[in-house]
Amino acid sequence: MTDRPLLDVENLTVRFAVRRGGVFGRKQFLDAVDGVSFALARGETLAIVGESGSGKTTTALAVARLVAAHSGRVELDGADILGLEGEALRQVRRKVQFIFQDPYSSLNPRQRAEDVVREPLLSLTDMPRDEQQKVIDELFVQVGLRPEQKRLFPHQFSGGQRQRIGIARALATRPELIICDEPVSALDVAVQAQILNLLRRLQKEFGLTYLFISHDLGVVQHMCDSIAVMYMGRIVEHGPRLSLFNNPLHPYTAALLSAVPSVDKARRAATRRILIPGDPPDPVNLPPGCRFANRCPVAQPQCREAEPELRTVAGGQRVACHLVKEDGTAPL
Amino acid sequence: MNFLRVTLIRILYAAILLIAVLVLNFSLMHAAPGDVADTIAQAAGGIDAEALEQIRREYGLDQPFLVQLGRYIGNVLQFDLGYSYFYSDKVTNLILSRLPATLLLVISAQLLALVVGVVLGVFSARKPNGILSHFVTFLALFGYSAPVFWTGLLMLVVFSLMVPLFPVAGMRDVTIEGGFFVQALDIAHHLVLPMLTLASIFLALYSRLSRAAMMEVLGSDYVRTAKAKGLSPRQVVYKHALKNALSPVITLAGLQLSAVVSGAVLVETVFSWPGLGTLAFQSILARDTPLILGILFFSALVVIVGNLLTDLALRLVDPRVGGKR
Repeated sequence: MTDRPLLDVENLTVRFAVRRGGVFGRKQFLDAVDGVSFALARGETLAIVGESGSGKTTTALAVARLVAAHSGRVELDGADILGLEGEALRQVRRKVQFIFQDPYSSLNPRQRAEDVVREPLLSLTDMPRDEQQKVIDELFVQVGLRPEQKRLFPHQFSGGQRQRIGIARALATRPELIICDEPVSALDVAVQAQILNLLRRLQKEFGLTYLFISHDLGVVQHMCDSIAVMYMGRIVEHGPRLSLFNNPLHPYTAALLSAVPSVDKARRAATRRILIPGDPPDPVNLPPGCRFANRCPVAQPQCREAEPELRTVAGGQRVACHLVKEDGTAPL
Repeated sequence: MNFLRVTLIRILYAAILLIAVLVLNFSLMHAAPGDVADTIAQAAGGIDAEALEQIRREYGLDQPFLVQLGRYIGNVLQFDLGYSYFYSDKVTNLILSRLPATLLLVISAQLLALVVGVVLGVFSARKPNGILSHFVTFLALFGYSAPVFWTGLLMLVVFSLMVPLFPVAGMRDVTIEGGFFVQALDIAHHLVLPMLTLASIFLALYSRLSRAAMMEVLGSDYVRTAKAKGLSPRQVVYKHALKNALSPVITLAGLQLSAVVSGAVLVETVFSWPGLGTLAFQSILARDTPLILGILFFSALVVIVGNLLTDLALRLVDPRVGGKR
């Protein structure tokens, strides 16, 4: 085995054209994902967290080739997958599968559960019919659905069961990388735990690598080896789970972590709630300098002039902030 | 079993509705001034009041309203729609003899509108800002806002007079002789313009609706799931999206059945198509009450049965309603 990462994303940019002021308005560009780089080792789980509109889901969709990337590289096992078409793209789709956020709308209401799971086998493999059925039967057991439920339609399942169908579908082609786009945010808390434990068990059984998109830091803490925090299309901080949770360097990360509710009275008293005032800037007309500067409680004049680069500091964390010192001391 | 029960309940409702239509039609016709006696008097160039009374007595028009209504409903329940004064024939015979021509026109127009409308809708939904999409929007606006008789006259002027491609009126050319195939070809030749005219409104409607439904479905999460499963764009559109986009179109097509029938009256009159529409038009001019009532009753029957079938068809098509457990 090499130590080459399974997934290596370099300078990924996703650009959308937006028109303001009707048909005759000027065409402008919005970089929903702006030069994002990260690597993910085989068998590990990386979480991308951030608020709505930070570009985390778009990053995931671009890695899965469901949204066209504008520039950058996405290497799977050392080979760039962004330019691939036809048969080569099909091979990539077999290896990279997606679990969607909303288990209600992401299943075709006219397909029976087993047909949902069978379809990737039909389109991505040339498995004979009886073997497909065997794979489907096994998957139903592995994700915790009863065999007699195979013939039901999606509306006859609960939310958690629907997400199990989605997970079985994603596992059908024996992928290496599974991208989970907020897989539990549409479920209620008791079911969330079941699905998360299922995902962890399956990761061990199948040797899966997860790219886990979430805005729920409690879920992330339970699931992930490392965490990347995104803000306005950029990664502001990236590091191993423990060091990021115990020692957040970027002011945004610190504010985000201080917002996690806790039932522990002592912990609640120990953490100071950091409030960030205002709204994110207009993503089409970004101000110069740090994108967080207008809301940052410790911003300095230099923050509004030059945009900070993502750099590695002591302890292995990567952070994009002028005010973090090289030895890894946070400004907050 | 559930399906059977629902079907029976629907049929019961349909029957009640039909009787209500019957009563309403009869009351309206009764309330309108003028009856067949006036028409006969007019045709005879004026007759005296006693002769007028004589005619009214003969046709039972002197009886109280409720008696006439009761008698009429009783007759209809025995499949007797009465006797046409103007044509001197049974109303049922007249309707049945004109029915095939109207059915041919209505069904062919409806099929054309559905197939072409859905195809245009799907193609324009795949490229919502393309030329085809703008063309469909324009076509829909034009087809829906232009009155159908005006479209018909325009068609006649352009394709029969200026460019004589199609015959001006009628359903067949009496001078043409030959076997079944030759006759059928002649009828098809006559059918083109009335069919296009009648289809124009519904084409507009269906293309617009299927475009909207398709765009909604194409933006839905399960279409993205289908892409992630590795299906080709063609498979995504036809296997996942189209089936889901089609059900509002089917519903509308069923509901539009009544509009097709009433549109047929105008189109048939413009093109002298020997169907129920021209018969209705002439019977109104002749104040031929039994015939008018018969045609109204019959079109109500067609519409109610059509809606019933659409309803049942949707229940069969949609697995969320008809699926076996």
